[in-house]
Amino acid sequence: MRLITHNMLSCNIKGVTNGFPLKIEAEKVVEKEVDFNPDFLRHMFAKIEWKALVEAARSMGYAELPEDSPDATVIDSADETFLRKLHHALLELHLEEGALVCPETGRKFPVNKGIPNMLLHEDEV
Amino acid sequence: MTIRTRTNQARSLRNYRTCTLSGRYVATEQLKDSIGSFPDSRKLPFLASDSTFRISVETFGKALTFDEQRERINSLTYIPFEPILQRRIFFGREVGFADRKLLPAFQLKSRTYLGPTAMDAEMAFLMANQAKATSGKLVYDPFVGTGSILVSAARFGAMTMGADIDIRVVRDGRGPDCNVWSNFKQYGLPMPVALLRMDNNLPPWRSGLNEIFDAIICDPPYGVRAGGRKSGGRKILRGTVDPYTVPEDKRTDHIPSTGAYSLVECVHDLLHLAARMLVMKGRLVFFFPVLRDENGSEVKFPEHPCFKLVAVSEQILSSRYSRVLLTMVKVEPYSQEVEEAARLMHLEFRENHLKWLEEGNIHSSVFKPSDHSQIRADTKSFKDPKPKYRGKYV
Repeated sequence: MRLITHNMLSCNIKGVTNGFPLKIEAEKVVEKEVDFNPDFLRHMFAKIEWKALVEAARSMGYAELPEDSPDATVIDSADETFLRKLHHALLELHLEEGALVCPETGRKFPVNKGIPNMLLHEDEV
Repeated sequence: MTIRTRTNQARSLRNYRTCTLSGRYVATEQLKDSIGSFPDSRKLPFLASDSTFRISVETFGKALTFDEQRERINSLTYIPFEPILQRRIFFGREVGFADRKLLPAFQLKSRTYLGPTAMDAEMAFLMANQAKATSGKLVYDPFVGTGSILVSAARFGAMTMGADIDIRVVRDGRGPDCNVWSNFKQYGLPMPVALLRMDNNLPPWRSGLNEIFDAIICDPPYGVRAGGRKSGGRKILRGTVDPYTVPEDKRTDHIPSTGAYSLVECVHDLLHLAARMLVMKGRLVFFFPVLRDENGSEVKFPEHPCFKLVAVSEQILSSRYSRVLLTMVKVEPYSQEVEEAARLMHLEFRENHLKWLEEGNIHSSVFKPSDHSQIRADTKSFKDPKPKYRGKYV
């Protein structure tokens, strides 16, 4: 699971109001190289919850992202230093084994072979 | 030929072919006379210009070269077949041509990981085209299965993302080199951005997330070939069993039960997902099953105030059924008011659909969600090391 996915997911157990962001419990993190696509990153950047991404990247051992969300000029500038970092954090860090933990209930959503299991139990629907 | 011989002939294995004999010959000259004297009433219907013909040379106990065969065929010019096509010659400058090489390269029979409802390669490419999948775009398939639709979108350069309720399909496949990932690897395509196990009926998207996908392409599980499932257990959904609590010590490896997911619900969830998650002008491309009605009554397609239906393409499956590929474009942003209008549209669609099901014809049994496909195999067959038929759930 890449962090772009993590940034989109929340705990949707019935009654939970604050299911985002899910905490990452990392057991195995791998890095896989992905082709750099600035257009895609610019498109995605507008949709990202920045704080959640910074936090998530840190729990995966990557602390290069700035604390505060950079403004549009940084994103659109020809200097791609920031975009490269964003690229690495969003697409190249993989949570291979571990869990996503609901901040409200502590419910663990397991991540095996890179695939998060977001399915709810019968008593959570 | 009577109908009866025709039917019997179709099932015959050893009697190769039945023909009416228009002429019998020892030498070519005799054949000509023989055909000439054959009664016109039986000959002329097949010589008219609206009747097509083909001459094939077949031999017993010997082989003829291609030239010899052609000679035999040309010697039959005395049979007065009406010409069917006039030959026309075209001249022009070639501006572009279809890359038909894509299809043999991506054909399903050479793909490693397949399910019984894997989308045919040509159809998957057509779907990706309808969705305008190109580089830099994010394409989502909420019923990803073995990934056959996303493979085509990835081939056109799009980033892909897929979800499925069945963990065996998305995570395990049939082994380390036979799963959704390996299908992308096989063609040297970039891996999907994400594969998730989730229920499209209860999607875990965070609140505030919207307009993120450029296209949603899918072949929803309507139950005609692979039944749809959703969370909740059939007994709970039916109300025969009260919702129960899963014991603490069993939670980690618990496999939640699922219940039937009806066509109406499935379509509703899909439209809702698309309305919220597609960017403006983003496209929703999906199949919808229809009956081929002899009376020509108009088919009611699902509607949503956010979407404009721009293409309806029918694929005929049998004399009774076909499926249409619907292409919708998001023309209105998603809002609370829209949501209310969508709910009313959905209720109307649902009512029509239920009425149609209640008519009790053979079709209702096909489209009604059934429970006999309950995933009992969920725990059992999965431990079975033999790769069994897992059709229903892929």
